[in-house]
Amino acid sequence: MTTMATTISVNGTSVTRQVEPRTNLVDFLRGELGLTGTHVGCEHGVCGACTVLMDGATVRGCLILAVQASGRDVLTIEGLSEPGHRITKALQEAFVLRNALQCGFCTPGILVTATELLTQDPAPSRELIREAISGHYCRCTGYHAIVDAVQQAADVLAATQGPA
Amino acid sequence: MKPAPFDYVRAESVHHAVRLLAENKDGARIIAGGQSLMTAMNFRMSSPALLVDIGELEHLRDITLTADARLRIGALTRHADLDASPDIAAHTPLLRKAIRHVAHTAIRNRGTFGGSLSHADPASELPACVMALDATIHIVGPDGDRVVPARHFFTGVHETALGAGEVLVAVELDVIKADEVSGFGEFARRQGDYAMVGLAAHGRIAAGLLTAVDLAFFAVGSTPILARRAAAALVDPATPDPAQRLQRAREALSLDLDPPDDPQSSAAMRMELARVLLGRVVGDMLARGAGA
Repeated sequence: MTTMATTISVNGTSVTRQVEPRTNLVDFLRGELGLTGTHVGCEHGVCGACTVLMDGATVRGCLILAVQASGRDVLTIEGLSEPGHRITKALQEAFVLRNALQCGFCTPGILVTATELLTQDPAPSRELIREAISGHYCRCTGYHAIVDAVQQAADVLAATQGPA
Repeated sequence: MKPAPFDYVRAESVHHAVRLLAENKDGARIIAGGQSLMTAMNFRMSSPALLVDIGELEHLRDITLTADARLRIGALTRHADLDASPDIAAHTPLLRKAIRHVAHTAIRNRGTFGGSLSHADPASELPACVMALDATIHIVGPDGDRVVPARHFFTGVHETALGAGEVLVAVELDVIKADEVSGFGEFARRQGDYAMVGLAAHGRIAAGLLTAVDLAFFAVGSTPILARRAAAALVDPATPDPAQRLQRAREALSLDLDPPDDPQSSAAMRMELARVLLGRVVGDMLARGAGA
């Protein structure tokens, strides 16, 4: 079986593994690195559970090969949960307060997408929040609580915004 | 599912990619953003022996104005680039309108213009746009470069004029003129989902009437379809009333389109949706007037 040396910066640490070319990014994160916060759902780009940040933009971990991510910076929910990621922290707190998760399977992917959204637009309308999370399936909440939580996180971040 | 095993090479140039395709004949496929191909491979609908990754050829990601006032869009321009580019917004607003309908942000961050056209999904937005805009498709292959009109590029479901070993490198189209207007709309069951029916339109307006228009419907056949009879009714000088023109165009649409039945929507429903969409898109174009 052919394998290729693949070096990716994951959550700020450069890691190198020998992987088959067919290993997708989410399996690399989970199987090679033990970072199981990123979930595997549909494996065809529809459910959003495997969403991570690559070079600051959301990507589907199931639709990109680890070898394609070689040389890139990847941030997973584990990295975003470290101190310093105030947007993700505000989202996580708001998700708890607004009951925006039940089983939690979809939650890491939605938090990554919501982090991207609030990074680009600190005060999105409910319509924009809905559009942003439209690429994520959640079978528990019915989405209303998720929209509430993202909006609440945006409000909290705006209220606690220190001088630039 | 997981894809079947394959080998992987990052192409160092377009010619390197063309050479790899030639050396590996039927077993090799180009990958760029991979947002359609990876899905097909995960389902094992496609199992190439070799993936040739052109995704790192950054010069294929440029959007440039050519000397003859055309916009040249590199094949690796990502959907997110089309959305963010001031040149796209100013010079070909149809692509800007269409792109928000393509899947979701995470997919648009990776998916490429050239990949979408090469994949030639009958329900995807960009093939219809390049047909409405009468764009040209620029191709590099083992026998050199060639240019194919977009209207001759799509030949069937996931089938195009691309020959074995050829790579789509760019799209060129005329920049929008002051008296031109474009419109776009689609019906999908969910935001970002594949269209049940879609329409990309581009035309010219004078004195509140369309004087020329191209209507490219998608998800109504194996390729995007130019609705020529409906378009003729919309610009018919013998009918001065725009509402009457639209009514005739809606009637003519049944001569242009013969949508298929599928589990998602019946042919009759697709036909009705196409008529509704025609009214909405043309109404929007007339309301906004030229230059948008």
